[in-house]
Amino acid sequence: MYAFDYHRPSSVRQAANMLKSNGEAKLLAGGQTLIPTLKQRLAAPEVLIDLNGVEGLDVIELKGRTLHVGAMARHADVANSEVVKEAIPALAALAEGIGDPHVRHCGTIGGSVANNDPAADYPAALLALGATIHTNERKIGADEFFTGMFETALEDGEIITKITFPVPRRAAYSKFPNPASRYALVGVFVSKRGSEIRVAVTGAGADGVFRLPGFEDALSKRFAAKSLDGLTVDADDLNGDIHASAEYRAHLIGVMAKRAVAAA
Amino acid sequence: MTATGIGAAVPRKEDKRFITGAGHYTDDMNRPGQAYAYFVRSPYAHAWVKGIDARSALAVDGVLSVLTGENLAADSIGGLPAGWAITSKDGSPMVTPPHPCLAQGKVRYVGDPVAVVIAETQKAARDGGDALSVDYEILDAVTETGQAQTASVRVHDEAPRNTAFEWEIGDKAATDAAFAAAKHVTTIDIVNNRLVPNAIEPRAALGEFDPGTDSFTLYTTSQNPHVARLVMSAFLNIAPEHKLRVIAPDVGGGFGSKIYVYPEETVCVWASRKVGRPVKWTAERSESFLSDAHGRDHITHAELALDERGKFLGFRVKTVANLGGYASLFATGVPTYLYATLLSGQYDIPAIHAEVDAVYTNTTPVDAYRGAGRPEATFVIERIVEVAAREMGVDPATLRKRNFVKKFPHQTPVIMLYDAGDYGASLAKAMELIDYKGFAKRRRKSAKNGKLRGIGFSTYIEACGIAPSQAVGSLGAGVGLWESAEVRVNPTGNVEVLTGSHSHGQGHETTFAQLVSDRLGIPIDQVEIVHGDTDKVQFGMGTYGSRSGAVGMSAIDRALDKVIDKAKKVASHLMEADPGDIEFKEGSFTVAGTDKSMAWAEVSLNAYTAHGISTAELEPGLKEGAFYDPTNFTFPAGCHICEVEIDEDTGVTEIVDYVAVDDFGTVINPMIVEGQVHGGVAQGVGQALIENAVYDESGQLVSGSYMDYGMPRADDLPSFRLGFTMTECPSNPLGIKGCGEAGAIAAPAAVINAITDALGHEDISMPATPQKVWQAVRSHRFAEAAE
Repeated sequence: MYAFDYHRPSSVRQAANMLKSNGEAKLLAGGQTLIPTLKQRLAAPEVLIDLNGVEGLDVIELKGRTLHVGAMARHADVANSEVVKEAIPALAALAEGIGDPHVRHCGTIGGSVANNDPAADYPAALLALGATIHTNERKIGADEFFTGMFETALEDGEIITKITFPVPRRAAYSKFPNPASRYALVGVFVSKRGSEIRVAVTGAGADGVFRLPGFEDALSKRFAAKSLDGLTVDADDLNGDIHASAEYRAHLIGVMAKRAVAAA
Repeated sequence: MTATGIGAAVPRKEDKRFITGAGHYTDDMNRPGQAYAYFVRSPYAHAWVKGIDARSALAVDGVLSVLTGENLAADSIGGLPAGWAITSKDGSPMVTPPHPCLAQGKVRYVGDPVAVVIAETQKAARDGGDALSVDYEILDAVTETGQAQTASVRVHDEAPRNTAFEWEIGDKAATDAAFAAAKHVTTIDIVNNRLVPNAIEPRAALGEFDPGTDSFTLYTTSQNPHVARLVMSAFLNIAPEHKLRVIAPDVGGGFGSKIYVYPEETVCVWASRKVGRPVKWTAERSESFLSDAHGRDHITHAELALDERGKFLGFRVKTVANLGGYASLFATGVPTYLYATLLSGQYDIPAIHAEVDAVYTNTTPVDAYRGAGRPEATFVIERIVEVAAREMGVDPATLRKRNFVKKFPHQTPVIMLYDAGDYGASLAKAMELIDYKGFAKRRRKSAKNGKLRGIGFSTYIEACGIAPSQAVGSLGAGVGLWESAEVRVNPTGNVEVLTGSHSHGQGHETTFAQLVSDRLGIPIDQVEIVHGDTDKVQFGMGTYGSRSGAVGMSAIDRALDKVIDKAKKVASHLMEADPGDIEFKEGSFTVAGTDKSMAWAEVSLNAYTAHGISTAELEPGLKEGAFYDPTNFTFPAGCHICEVEIDEDTGVTEIVDYVAVDDFGTVINPMIVEGQVHGGVAQGVGQALIENAVYDESGQLVSGSYMDYGMPRADDLPSFRLGFTMTECPSNPLGIKGCGEAGAIAAPAAVINAITDALGHEDISMPATPQKVWQAVRSHRFAEAAE
């Protein structure tokens, strides 16, 4: 770890000002990616702005048919929230499956979404549920938010404050974990809300999370695992590594999608 | 027998401090004025070090010194030795080029230490390391075991074809004749995948020089502190033995990786004098991946000759073993005398011939890792027997039974003299436990759920209790493998036992105390086990090869014999009786035929007050020592059966049942023994399903962190079901065979035999990851469709 200046603002406005006045600043939420990166000296921010002193960023509540999850809600908070379990049980189950207890009690939804790790679980949920990312400056739809591997639509100085999810009628997430890291080798989140079907895939895409229009169309006709029979995914745009070739990942997307639909 | 004696499942005494965070590990040790070491390691697998410019590193605030291989050479500090001399089949000695603690001229694997930066703080040392300028000329690398002998790359100039030795064992002519007479020959080609040990406590060292006495102290994460001291003194010229104290305090797991003497602790001791400050180093996990000696890494071609009834006639094995960039301390003994001597398995095989070539590659050195050679041997023999049974259409259990050694002692064609065992008994018990008869029904049920079910056997044998000193000496070992013990009885009757064994997870503080409790009739909380300090324990050979029960406890037992003898003499003086009439039982001395008796603590107190003994005839005090050298290896053996279900859609293998029936001889603490089996099987399953050290072509360790190196976790494993059979071990006074490695030895073959049974073909290698299993299911299906 290199030396850095540490700030602990008490409000989002204060944090944003600090972010703007320090070009090389990084936000610290749960720290589950940032801290290991710092320890390995793979990042050297001059300033760290810790959001853990900002109150009110971890509220989880249901307003009408929309679930609001504060950016600093820990994965364990989402997993154990009665509100989430009632409104979108698939989201609670997804959070329950992230990392290990340590990670779940430190890591936050806002941190995960802002990091947009191509193997993270939350981006699939946000994209498949048609969520909205709220920042200190604007609202961004999930379809516009995830722009590439570790890249998002966030501008400099922008801080995620909460995520809102329209409550679906049916939803489920099916993850095939990497045997070593337990991150998603392939994770497929499906949802159905009215006539809108969304299928989002994490872990597999060379550019991060993506939707599968072909699968969505097939499920629009009938929301059943059988509807996906015979559908394939092109391996060309997928990741390959020592754990899974692009071809294997393409295959797993089909299997996980069917399992998610069956569970939804 | 006491409530805390032999056979009692008492909780571990040491767990209180481990569980409450009150242990004392090397990194917990701190000395006044302590400085910190950071090792600059080669980022390249193979390169010339053209130059090191220390100026920028020395300019970093807090940096005290930068030391390189040149400084080591200038101080006449030697290289790390290969401790087991192997002779090639043409009579030539093995080729073991120099292994300097800091590179001299060339680096040979990613992580090879190039320089050390000593600084006031850990951070300054790291900053200095980052600032150090090293000029490399990068060379092509060879990493694959199978390519080492044909590659154009030369890892060491001294080793043509990158070969350290080409060794053989057994009778080639007899084996060839057996194959000529065979009705059936089964052939397999297998890979034993490279593993990273991953002890939970990373390696660490703290060296300190005392200028007043010209002596050094080293705190280090070692499984054998006396051997470390001997090597540093005799081979490395760090300090004379009597001027070097090595302390291995609490050590958090070793699995073999902490047997060896490494560059880092050597440099910390040496540097402490150079900089005049205690020097401390603690590995980061990513350093552990690169610098802890790895395990396994064999490729093997094997052929088994059988007659028409499936009786084994001959066995032929050709193995290439990867040593990595240098020959580590025990590395040459592992793929030879700890491997090929076990190729007879539990079977009566009239003729065996095995050839082993050991090769250098641009990878981390490979050495003994839990099981060390015996898992590799078991995997070869247990895979080929299973395949032979399938090819001949014989039930795999039946084929095994037909070939088991049934008469003891049994001389195998590969040195070992099996002294006791009942292989049929452990097989029968394991088959009953797993309900072998019901398997076909379970398989149909799995098929209904869309799952492929398979069952696999592993009837393993190992040679433990390492080892009779004359025998290993004649085979090239550099040391004797006896063990020492000293039993000190205090005046108040409690006991300190000093042992040359070293506990790093095994629970010696409990089991060794149980032996004392049993023999002296005192509870285990009256017994303290002292180990891991060369100033306290005179000498010892340390803990590895499942030797501490069989050899270490036998030494304690011998010392206890002497203590009891002496105490009886003391009692005879006190009770004015003939020493021959003194009986000692359950902590009480009695005079035969009288009602006279004295308690243990009364006698011990009187041994020290010496008021009641004639000291002209009998010395005061109660302290005895013993060195115990075993008469043979011990031969733990057993049968493990694994049942798996494969999800064809994903390739995921689930271990749905796992039965282990082991014959460990006398069991001191069944709870600890079961724990050893659990841990061993978990590591064996890890090798079979998940663990793999993967290098890319340039020699980078791709699986260099837990992001890519899969460790087995609780939810990868079923609840193991254990059973025991018992034949007493005749080669030590306690009848102990040893239990530390059995699980890691037996499990890989059981798991892979189950997976191949489920798949219906043999085409899968370890680790059988979901991707590989999925491909194995699919390729076979395509092949069937094409036929």
